[in-house]
This record gives sequence, structure tokens and C-alpha cells, in this order.
Amino acid sequence: MAKKKKSVKKVRKVPKVGKDLTIHFMPYSEIVHEDTVGRIKKIMGLILAQKIIILQGRLSPDEEVRLIENSMVLIDNIKNFQGIEIAAISAENENRGLFENIRRNIAKILVGEQDAITIIGPASVVKEMTKNPKKVELLLQRK
Amino acid sequence: MIKIIRNFARRIFSGVFKKKGEIKLGFYGSPNAGKTSLANRICQDWLGEDLGSVSKMPHETRTIQVKEKVVLDRDGKKIEFKLIDTPGIATKIDFEDFMKFGLKRKAAQDRAKEATQGIIESIKWLDDMDAVIILIDSTMNPYSQVNITIIGNLVARNIPVLVVANKIDLKKSDIKKIQGAFPEYEVVGISAKNGDNMEEFYEALFKLVKKI
Repeated sequence: MAKKKKSVKKVRKVPKVGKDLTIHFMPYSEIVHEDTVGRIKKIMGLILAQKIIILQGRLSPDEEVRLIENSMVLIDNIKNFQGIEIAAISAENENRGLFENIRRNIAKILVGEQDAITIIGPASVVKEMTKNPKKVELLLQRK
Repeated sequence: MIKIIRNFARRIFSGVFKKKGEIKLGFYGSPNAGKTSLANRICQDWLGEDLGSVSKMPHETRTIQVKEKVVLDRDGKKIEFKLIDTPGIATKIDFEDFMKFGLKRKAAQDRAKEATQGIIESIKWLDDMDAVIILIDSTMNPYSQVNITIIGNLVARNIPVLVVANKIDLKKSDIKKIQGAFPEYEVVGISAKNGDNMEEFYEALFKLVKKI
């Protein structure tokens, strides 16, 4: 009688963090034609490869919340994945005039918020992100 | 865009057919900001009972907690609330953090799993709120992306928001920093644990309800 083959459940793991750190600069043009799912897929692919992303522009609030939701699903399903760290800073200036504000808001509707920077990193690499209105500081995990 | 239009239409229709006075009030924020403490304080003030348990360990609330028929009375005007306490939203969860609080490995892993599910549940409930209280720990840096993301989502859904700076009884509390981070919003400083400044909070809550 032939022995039954044991079914082995394949556990997906994130690659071990090496000594080298990779920073991926992502111009807005790289995601501008993607929908929400496409953008999140692209970002999560880089995060799972243990890269820190510096994105030109920022995601919409809905995309940010979907990114968090997606990270939570992946924590449950991928070994050693602990989630993400994210921070965005905009080029907001309180002294801007009314017409400049209107011009910027129209540009934001038409082409998205490009005068911002979003930094996203895997929590296993980025220990902490500290943000204040004008700067973001990254505290990396010491290996 | 379709989602925003759909939410807007849903809010218009639910507003027309909704039982007058029944308001779904959500408590959102980062873990350990004091969401359950404030919900408990309100329930104690008006019902004489708690809504959920609180702990120094993050992610104590891992499922949505609901308390219905909480009637608040101010200047003879009664408003019925359905309080919805949500698990704190975080971008990362490491089960080893729970082990620092004395949990065994298996228990910490289970808690981490429940916490991730809780965050997903919190996000799903964003669509169902009539008004939201954002709890911010006034001893911490308010510029956390989680707070900004939650507020951004509520604004996009046209849901009124009240920012509450909690833990004003602590030395490190800095309410001005919170006001500086959210200049477009009224910020009310309270201590949910001690019940400090609750009168001002209830006043702001009644003002918030008018925006629905």
C-alpha cells in the first residue's frame, strides 16, 4: 500500500535583513497610473523585500488606511513580518495667499498631491519614525 | 470617488430615515490613547456602569465594544447615543512587545493576532459612524501618521470629528502641541481617568452633534 504523502503547508517568510540597507526612491510617475490595489501591491512588494521607500507625493487617506489594513493581514500570514512605519510631510505653508491655495488645490485634484514626501519602511528595519511638521527622523534597527 | 458619492448618498438617506436622536459615536485613536477610559467615563456618568476593561498593556480592546441607549442630557435637551469603542489603530504589531508585559510566548502571539484583527475591524467600522471622537495621548507626539490618516478618512467621508487630548493630569502633557498639530479642529483637553474637564468635553460633544 502506497504511503500517503504528507501535505506540508508552505509558510511565507520575509527575507532576513542583511547588513546592507536599500532605499527605493519612487517618483510619483511610477504610481500615477495605478489604481489603489496596484499602488498598495507595488508598495507592499518593496516592503516585503525589506526596502525603505521614499515616495514623491502622498497616498490618499483611503489608500493609507488600505495600506494599514493590508499590513495587518500580512502580519497574520507572513512569518517575521511585523508591519510598517509610515510618515508623510507636505509642503504646507500657512502664509500662502488665497489664490496660491486655490491653484494648489486645483493641481491636487488634477494630478494628486505631488509636493509631499511619504516614507514607508518595514517595521523590522525601521524601529521608529518621529515626525514633526517639518521633518521626519528614522531610527533604524541595529543589526 | 464612487465610494465617497455612495457614502454621501447613504448618509443623506440614513439621515432622513434614522430614528431621531440615535447617534453612532465612535472612539478612535492609537493604542493606549484612552478610548475605553473615556467611553467608561461617559457610561459611568450617565449609566453608572463600565463599557470595557482598561490596561497599561497596549491593545487591551481587541474587538468592537458597543453600548446602546446612552442618553445624555444638557440644558433639558436629551440625545441618545450608541457608543462604539474601537481597538486602537497601529501600523505595526510585534508579539514580543507583549512579552515585555509578562505574557508567555503563545499568549503574546494570540494577543498579537487578535490585535491585527481588531485593527481591521476598526477600519471597517469607519464607514458606519455618525460622529467620531479622536483620542490623542497628550504626553506623546501628536504627529503620528495614524491620527492624520484616521482624520483624513473621516473628512473624506464627511463625518464630524472632535479631537480630545487625554491624560492632561500628567506632567508631560502638552495640549498646545496637539492644538498646533490640528489647527482646524477644536481640541478639548481631559483626563478620562480622573474625570477632569468633562464638562467642557460634554459641551463640545453637543456642539459636534449639531454638525451631523
